[in-house]
Amino acid sequence: MDALLFVAAALRISVPYTLAALGATFSERGGVINIALEGMMLSGALGYVLGAHATGNPWIGLAAALAAGLATGLIHALVTVRFRADQITSGLGINLLAAGLTKFILTQVFHSSSNSTRVVGMPGWRLAGLENLPALGSVLATPLVLMTVALVLVGQAALFRSVFGLRLRSVGERPEAAATLGLPVTFYRYAGVLISGALAALGGAWLASEQHSFTDGMTNGRGYIAIAAMIVGKWSPLGAAAACLLFGAAEALQITLQGSAFPTELLQTLPYVVTMLALAGFIGRAIPPRALGTPYDPEHAG
Amino acid sequence: MSDAAAPPAASTGTRAPAIALRDITRRFGAVLANDRVSLEIAPGEIHALVGENGAGKSTLMRMLYGMIQPDAGTIAVDGRVVRIHRPADAIRLGLGMVHQHFMLVDTLTVAENVVLGREPRRAGLGVDRTAAEARVTALADRYRLPVPARARVGGLPVGVQQRVEILKTLDQGARVLILDEPTAVLTPQEVDDLFRMLRTLHAQGTSIVLITHKLAEVKALAERVTVMRAGRVVGGGEAAALTTARIAELMVGRPLADDLPRVAREPEAPLLEVRTLDADDDRGLPAVRRVSLTVAAGEVLGIAGVEGNGQSELIECIAGLRAPLRGEIVIAGRTMHGRSPRERAAAGLAHIPSDRLHRGLVPEMSLAENLALGRHRERELGAGPLLDRGALVARAGRLLADYDVRPPDPARRAGQLSGGNQQKLIAARELSRGASVLIVAHPTRGVDLGAAESIHRRLLAERDRGRAVLLVSSELSEILTLSDRVCVMYEGRIVHETRPSETDERTLGLHMTGRAQAGGADAATGGDTAGGGAAS
Repeated sequence: MDALLFVAAALRISVPYTLAALGATFSERGGVINIALEGMMLSGALGYVLGAHATGNPWIGLAAALAAGLATGLIHALVTVRFRADQITSGLGINLLAAGLTKFILTQVFHSSSNSTRVVGMPGWRLAGLENLPALGSVLATPLVLMTVALVLVGQAALFRSVFGLRLRSVGERPEAAATLGLPVTFYRYAGVLISGALAALGGAWLASEQHSFTDGMTNGRGYIAIAAMIVGKWSPLGAAAACLLFGAAEALQITLQGSAFPTELLQTLPYVVTMLALAGFIGRAIPPRALGTPYDPEHAG
Repeated sequence: MSDAAAPPAASTGTRAPAIALRDITRRFGAVLANDRVSLEIAPGEIHALVGENGAGKSTLMRMLYGMIQPDAGTIAVDGRVVRIHRPADAIRLGLGMVHQHFMLVDTLTVAENVVLGREPRRAGLGVDRTAAEARVTALADRYRLPVPARARVGGLPVGVQQRVEILKTLDQGARVLILDEPTAVLTPQEVDDLFRMLRTLHAQGTSIVLITHKLAEVKALAERVTVMRAGRVVGGGEAAALTTARIAELMVGRPLADDLPRVAREPEAPLLEVRTLDADDDRGLPAVRRVSLTVAAGEVLGIAGVEGNGQSELIECIAGLRAPLRGEIVIAGRTMHGRSPRERAAAGLAHIPSDRLHRGLVPEMSLAENLALGRHRERELGAGPLLDRGALVARAGRLLADYDVRPPDPARRAGQLSGGNQQKLIAARELSRGASVLIVAHPTRGVDLGAAESIHRRLLAERDRGRAVLLVSSELSEILTLSDRVCVMYEGRIVHETRPSETDERTLGLHMTGRAQAGGADAATGGDTAGGGAAS
């Protein structure tokens, strides 16, 4: 088996996980638990297909995915930040809502309860030099792969080096402290959740673009694995990306080994077994943001 | 009008007051937290705002800082009437607040905490850490508030964290500094440091509002005093013209006794013995190391120490809430090894825990039910599997009256009581057991003067009746007032033992921070512990 091909496959597979986990890092660093990733990804996938279907332009599809993700994020932010409802309940609700609503739209638009018609995928980029790389070239020339790599690096810098990141983290650790310094806690929490919605939707768009269609429930639990990756990565973009690569590798391995002597059913559990092992091995040392899950109520602060 | 009660104008003449609050009123539901409160802070003065818990001091200051809004009344800063909608407005007007619970982000560095919200930038978006650290260090030098700019705040001692809080307000350009109960969490040495720093700030022209209920601090620092009680200003004036007894009387609304009566007793048989006890804390790190102590009948043994030096673990071991690694606990001559909390209670132990809302009470349950907790097997409350609710309420009525819990309504929920009354409620339950050994942790923390005095009287009465009392407190005045003997705990060991008549707060403070140890071996420890301190 070609090692480079394997790396390429792992990279490709890890893209949606990475985008969703990166986004969740921002949400949770700001103090809002986001288990709505699954729903946000699903919305993004449908958004992409609808945009691409209506215009034939994948970039419009991407824009529609972003819009769908931001809208889903806005619901989560409204419920948890504005109305201070329980964040896990809101996330679960959004996941259920997205599962139902995407299916409903699917049947309304495409008259099928299982899948959409075929749409265009994201085009490759002709980047000098890149395409000549064996195996990896074609993967790296895919816009969303490069964007993901860039977003992880930018995200790492934004969270730990920028003014925005410092303020976001302070809001997730000690919102009362941020508020007494005159920082708008609500604004930063909204921002974190919306970033999460947008990035998870990009991940969903990638899935739909790869598959050239939307199928019912196509995210298939990836949102939950992304949450695990975020925790294993200790709420840092680079850590989350590394964890996602690990899951991507597990899934690539499973695909590679299919057709061998291993029973397929056991093989398919591999990514999930890796998730559980990684969580069990790392979670003891991972310390979440202190105010994670706690709604901020200015009247009762301090 | 409350003008009559307002303090006289400071001698600074015609300059407008730095802050003038006029007829401020604020309700929380049915409670009138501030009732037409007027208060003036002259430029450059140190003004003490005193009153018991719940008197409305913090509410008033939170309105001044824009955290909540007044229902009525006006606020003027430097003579101009202003509206303060949010903390950012207060900051802009030159007000800085050091909160009782520090508003610090533990995971960030000192410099990041100080500049948060006004960060020096690099390339427009990034935080310029070097510039931030330089700015904080310069500020710290100027006001003589030394801090390690690069250290993470969470790992710093409380006194240093407080300095970071003060620096934060100075970095915002505060000209009026409001400190809410600043000494509640400090050791006596840290209090000295704080006061020195505040005098420096004062000399440089900063106005200071000190919210407190400790009268010694008022006399030590303040130029003028305003006293609040039950949401109103009830008096005030030049600090030099008011005695502490007079201020206390204004705060409580009645004169307080100077000295608590106590009967001299001869040493009697030990009722509680702890022998070479070792225990770990929740993280598995050593918390109690080779602690031995005895408390005799009719004796109060006070354990002084900065919180987190093993006192709570020691108490949990005695109460049966934590399993010791080694050592022995004997109550009234019977060893308690492996005994459950209930068996210990039956052997004669009563426990007033430090955390009244988590361990001492069930806030959602009624007073009558709380008074029956752990005592539900007593015959008086009903035979067989069912409780006799009538008996429950009847006994509760008696106890509430006896221990002066207000309001004495057995059906009220415990969570609705004030802190002082919750503490009296727990005391009522535990002291009425007829136990021979009492372990009492921080019995008056967050409790106002009147309630504290009544709890102190109760504890001394129990002592006089021949009970053995083990008292843990970080409040040294409490330790010194109540104890017959005093032990100091530091890093899990008893490092010093003395009598109140032979020591003072300063000396105890040195032992509490480990600074007196260098002088030589202490009699109490025997220095027989293996190993060189905690790992990590």
